[in-house]
Amino acid sequence: MNVAVAKTGKGRAVSDLFTSAEGRLPGSPSVIAVRREAFETYERLGLPHRRIEEWKYTDLRALVGEVLPLAASPDAAALKRAADAVQANAIAGARKLVLVDGVFVPDLSDVKALASEAGFRTSRETLETDAGLLKTASNDAVIALNAAMATDGVVLSIADGAQLSAPIQIIHVAIAPSASAFTRSEVVVGKGARATIIESFVAAGAKAYQVSDAVIVTIGDNADVAYIRLMDDAPDAVNITSQFVTVGANTKLNIFNMTTGAAVSRLQGFITLAGEGSELGVNGVNLLQKTEHGDTTLVVDHAVPNCVSREIFRAVIDDRAHSVFQGRIIVRPDAQKTDGKMMIRALLLSDEAEADNKPELEIFADDVSCGHGATAGALDDNLLFYLKARGLPEKQAQALLIQAFVGEAIEQIADDGLREHVIGIAERWLERRQ
Amino acid sequence: MHQLNKLDTKMALLEVKDLKVRVEEREILHGLTLTVNEGEIHAIMGPNGSGKSTLSHVIAGKPGYEVTDGQILFKGEDLLEMAPEERAAKGVFLAFQYPVEIPGVATMTFLRTALNAQRKARGESEYSTPDFLKKVREVSKSLNIPQDMLKRGVNVGFSGGEKKRNEVLQMALFEPSLCILDEMDSGLDIDALRIAADGVNALHSPKRAMVVITHYQRLLNYIVPDIVHVMSKGRVVKSGGKELALELEASGYAQFEDAA
Ligand SMILES: Nc1ncnc2c1ncn2[C@@H]1O[C@H](COP(=O)(O)OP(=O)(O)O)[C@@H](O)[C@H]1O
Ligand SMILES: [Mg+2]
Repeated sequence: MNVAVAKTGKGRAVSDLFTSAEGRLPGSPSVIAVRREAFETYERLGLPHRRIEEWKYTDLRALVGEVLPLAASPDAAALKRAADAVQANAIAGARKLVLVDGVFVPDLSDVKALASEAGFRTSRETLETDAGLLKTASNDAVIALNAAMATDGVVLSIADGAQLSAPIQIIHVAIAPSASAFTRSEVVVGKGARATIIESFVAAGAKAYQVSDAVIVTIGDNADVAYIRLMDDAPDAVNITSQFVTVGANTKLNIFNMTTGAAVSRLQGFITLAGEGSELGVNGVNLLQKTEHGDTTLVVDHAVPNCVSREIFRAVIDDRAHSVFQGRIIVRPDAQKTDGKMMIRALLLSDEAEADNKPELEIFADDVSCGHGATAGALDDNLLFYLKARGLPEKQAQALLIQAFVGEAIEQIADDGLREHVIGIAERWLERRQ
Repeated sequence: MHQLNKLDTKMALLEVKDLKVRVEEREILHGLTLTVNEGEIHAIMGPNGSGKSTLSHVIAGKPGYEVTDGQILFKGEDLLEMAPEERAAKGVFLAFQYPVEIPGVATMTFLRTALNAQRKARGESEYSTPDFLKKVREVSKSLNIPQDMLKRGVNVGFSGGEKKRNEVLQMALFEPSLCILDEMDSGLDIDALRIAADGVNALHSPKRAMVVITHYQRLLNYIVPDIVHVMSKGRVVKSGGKELALELEASGYAQFEDAA
């Protein structure tokens, strides 16, 4: 009896989330029906909690509690603030695509400059008629909720053979406090194409907001792609990002993720090597302070033979922060000659800092070379003393050693300007701990 | 006349007075006294385990040493009250017996960061990049340090000789007033030793003092000391002129071990 009442109460609260947003969600009745079904999936499952294996270390019920109402569409004042944030976070030379509180803003974006090199539509336009974007291979509660609630995003298609002359930077700007934004994007890279795509998450004064992003990336054969995610959300924000990546044959893909913000964050990447002879790098840096909780969960699925995957992950954990890294390498039965390696290192800067590492190998083929390693430790006192004896104050000595520690992952970014931009974000994080 | 007198009087740079130091509950220095005036070159000789590195570490401010008695003054100030980086900025430099390797920190970045940190602490302006590069190039050339070595991680993959030369390079860049060289000669062949010693000699000036810690007399053929101290079992047991080093070479440390 009591249970039934409680359930109804809770059910209504979450339903309100959807019904109150429905008017703002793009989609024909058939698309809305798909959304409603996704929402029902979310309602049935609720926010993930520690008893769900994949979310063991990141209990969203305990860490987040509730999903906030959808942010209103940004007004003129909000867009002005967003423009400043875009300017401060834009990568020199990149073509910008800007989403403010989950709404694409053409005035802040370089749609024209992009038009000659890549096909572009907003997810809003696409979703008006086509629910395809809402379907993904994996479908946990946060992904289902994202499908139900996504207001906008970008749909990019890079033609076969296209060699992008400049990176594309998708910038998510948060303006509205205590509200949520849901975006869903798609990137298709054609055969033989070459592209660098960056997703940046930044705040323009917003506090205590929630971001949910899903990206579906499909890369053709013989392509050369870098996909970079730089999450620098406000220190009290929540960011949950899901990436679904499918890689063709003889392709080079470098994925890089850096977490320098958000009270609670999770990046879950599901990467499938679907064509032979490809080389995948998935590298990440989590810089966490205060009571931040940063989770990187990766599944690299070797579905075909003869692919190489390398995962380098570095976590720097200060104060009472908590870093989670879960990395699974799956080698399917006929994925012979797979070469998959994963190296995880955590640097604990305080006694109360916490790191959970969970590497997993699921190998069903017999002729493979796979492995993983994990280390966790503090800064080396001898190195610190050497630097101090040369005049560096404690924090500056630490900063130099922290930069060296994350350097191996950051060095995987080939583009000089982009790498400098990433180092700049890491330096700002280091300054915040001075 | 008065003025002349003043110039003649050498200022005490380092005064170690009755220093007692413990490491992990064990006393290593048992009341060590040593005064180094500006412009002087001192040699500290002594057998392995006599506490030479311990003394140099305590002067530089390495954690893990407990000073139970005595004091160390540097230019009249209480050195033991200062953090290691303060000591460096005030002009104390220790060339380590075993310089550490710091992977991922480019030597050039390290040199510039350290030099500017010291200058900032002294209220001086930071070096401009061209001035800095010019200075590094000059000094590294005189020490036979190739430019590509400066791009590598600090001491990473350096030979023993290269590590020691890198210490001398830092000494030349930071221009400290007190240089302590802990076993600079260990692991160096004669050519490497000569280059490093030339570098050290070039830095010698009326305002700068050197404390050369060594196990062997050999180094003192290249860096000629004004005063030689013999250390044994945590104390200075004898001091004298440079002839003391030759005496030690001939007769060994045994006589002093008994004296201590
Ligand atoms: N960190 C330490 N822990 C314990 N004992 C130490 C430590 N450092 C030095 N000692 C001891 O102190 C004594 C002096 O060592 P050291 O100063 O290195 O001598 P030297 O440089 O003259 O060879 C030795 O007996 C050595 O074993
Ligand atoms: Mg020694």
